[in-house]
Amino acid sequence: MVTYIIRRLFGAVLTLVIVSMITFGIFYLVPRWAGGTAESLASRYVGRTANAEQVREAAHGLGLDQPFFVQYWDWFKAIFVGRDFAFGATQAHCPAPCLGYSFIGRNPVLPDILDRLPVTASLAFGAAIIWLILGVATGVLSALRRGSIFDRAAMGIALGGVSLPIFWTGLVSLVIFSYNLHWTKPGGAYTPIEVNPAEWAYSLVLPWITLALLFSAAYARLTRAGMLETMGEDYIRTARAKGLRERTVVTRHGLRAALTPIATIFGLDVGLLMGGAVLTESTFSLPGIGKYAIDAINANDMPKVMGFVLFSAGFVVIANLIVDVVYAVIDPRVRLA
Amino acid sequence: MPAPDAFLDVRDLRIHFPTDDGLVKSVDGLSFSLQRGKTLGIVGESGSGKSVTSLGILGLHNKRNARVSGEIVLDGTDIVSTDPETVRKMRGRRMAMIFQDPLSAMHPYYTVGAQIIEAYRVHNNVSKSVAKKHAIDLLGRVGIPQPSSRVDDYPHQFSGGMRQRAMIAMALSCDPELLIADEPTTALDVTVQAQILDLMRDLQQEFNSGLIIITHDLGVVAELADDVLVMYGGKCIEYGSAVTMFEEPQHPYTWGLLGSMPRLDRGVSSRLLPIKGNPPSLINVPSGCAFHPRCVYEAQTGGLGSTRVPELAEAGRGHLVRCHLPVAERKRIWHEQIRPTLEASS
Repeated sequence: MVTYIIRRLFGAVLTLVIVSMITFGIFYLVPRWAGGTAESLASRYVGRTANAEQVREAAHGLGLDQPFFVQYWDWFKAIFVGRDFAFGATQAHCPAPCLGYSFIGRNPVLPDILDRLPVTASLAFGAAIIWLILGVATGVLSALRRGSIFDRAAMGIALGGVSLPIFWTGLVSLVIFSYNLHWTKPGGAYTPIEVNPAEWAYSLVLPWITLALLFSAAYARLTRAGMLETMGEDYIRTARAKGLRERTVVTRHGLRAALTPIATIFGLDVGLLMGGAVLTESTFSLPGIGKYAIDAINANDMPKVMGFVLFSAGFVVIANLIVDVVYAVIDPRVRLA
Repeated sequence: MPAPDAFLDVRDLRIHFPTDDGLVKSVDGLSFSLQRGKTLGIVGESGSGKSVTSLGILGLHNKRNARVSGEIVLDGTDIVSTDPETVRKMRGRRMAMIFQDPLSAMHPYYTVGAQIIEAYRVHNNVSKSVAKKHAIDLLGRVGIPQPSSRVDDYPHQFSGGMRQRAMIAMALSCDPELLIADEPTTALDVTVQAQILDLMRDLQQEFNSGLIIITHDLGVVAELADDVLVMYGGKCIEYGSAVTMFEEPQHPYTWGLLGSMPRLDRGVSSRLLPIKGNPPSLINVPSGCAFHPRCVYEAQTGGLGSTRVPELAEAGRGHLVRCHLPVAERKRIWHEQIRPTLEASS
């Protein structure tokens, strides 16, 4: 088990290094394909009045005139040792772990992202709990009453749920429940949990439900399919032949096996959302990581975008790692593999 | 056929499944009985209704898709008409089942011990540690070495034979009076098969339970069964003691089964004599005798074979046969034609 975890950990680190290379590569190459030079890229960070000499100095200070691998190494190294920038009158220090330095905002990227993490985490985990319970329960009931009115209705709604985009359901629910009925707070009214837990939940209830509905639809369909499959297995017949109560047969024998793929997808989904629920945060104007990314993209603030991509990738990789370990706990056959 | 001291009495059992294509008559008017300490072998091809019968005795058919009628009386309780909760409490405790493929029949996520403990604790109000001692004891009795450590292994860590032993231990956990083994050795290799059969015979004597062994392998029947019931198209077509069935079988289908059984004592050069044709459809059962389209002697019935369903009639002491041919004629064919052919190939 320990070697299994170490092996997965090693794989996770390797994945992150590769992700960082690809990320840096894209952000290095794309502007140059578009005809950008070190000077033209640096000119965005100096005032409009700067002369060619100042621009060249800035390009050198930022390392933009260096070859690709030198630039990548400087950027990558900064994650562990931090980095200093100096050009003209500008002195900038980005302490380790440095995921980049925004010259537009004049601050390191990581603290900004970490500031916004609680919002995204609140959104992701709250929604995850709702959709897991709702989706799995619906899926199990649908599978057990296959072909019933409940099953058909639930699967019909689920089909609608997976098809409707969040920016539509989000806006519609905002209009109905916030602007018309005044049941919930309007978008953008986020209260941190440490300030007032009740207000926190109240400010997030609509984004939670909207996001959860989207995911529960997928989870309901997934659980239903899994349950239909496992309930037809031989070991279910064995469980019944032992004289177990039907409830025990369904939960301890059927659901236990059907939940394995659900656990995998769940880990990945939460990991993905932790790296920024871009659409949901934008729709509800929540100041989370996703909103941060959208703002950075709109402002053309490349270091911020790069930092965001690496940070999000980190969450997905960590989620994958957790899923791998959890999988081994759930399914004993994995441990030997 | 019904013995006065029988503890299991199946009367006119019918298990039908309504489907989109029509009514599937998997079991159609089956009757037999079983005494404690005795073994009944139910033999037949795939789709003859053997496994459906065994699930019926456990009351495992879903009322939503199966129509079960007739009686299955186990020690005075009719499993067909009693409420499902009572039948559930009987399952595992009074009747238990050993399934064909122990790898798929055991839950992959739970240890072998946990699955035996679960089976024991449903019906016995004991602590987990007591149940675990019981599980270790059972695993030892079915011949698993180092049971106190193997009890914590998962099914995939057991070999095929070990898994079947564990499956047997699970079935025996509550000391059931009726044990049903559905093709218990089919998924095992030949050397292990013999061990499992020996084990089942020993345990049956030790526990004095009634055993129903469902198989298509006449070798298994010869090894274990006291009585044999041959099924064809959901009906019993021949019933008798194991000795009778091998010494003087009277149904042409049984002859076919014997002819298609490979035998080591006959040498490799001997040819098997397969039964021509396929098992009957259970939706459109052939008219008259279900076996008549495949029967070599159909012409001798004077047209009865395709028009009338033969009765299950006495053909000797405790020997029942469902065939239109006269008893004397069947005996003649067996002794003059079939038996010499079977022995000639040796």
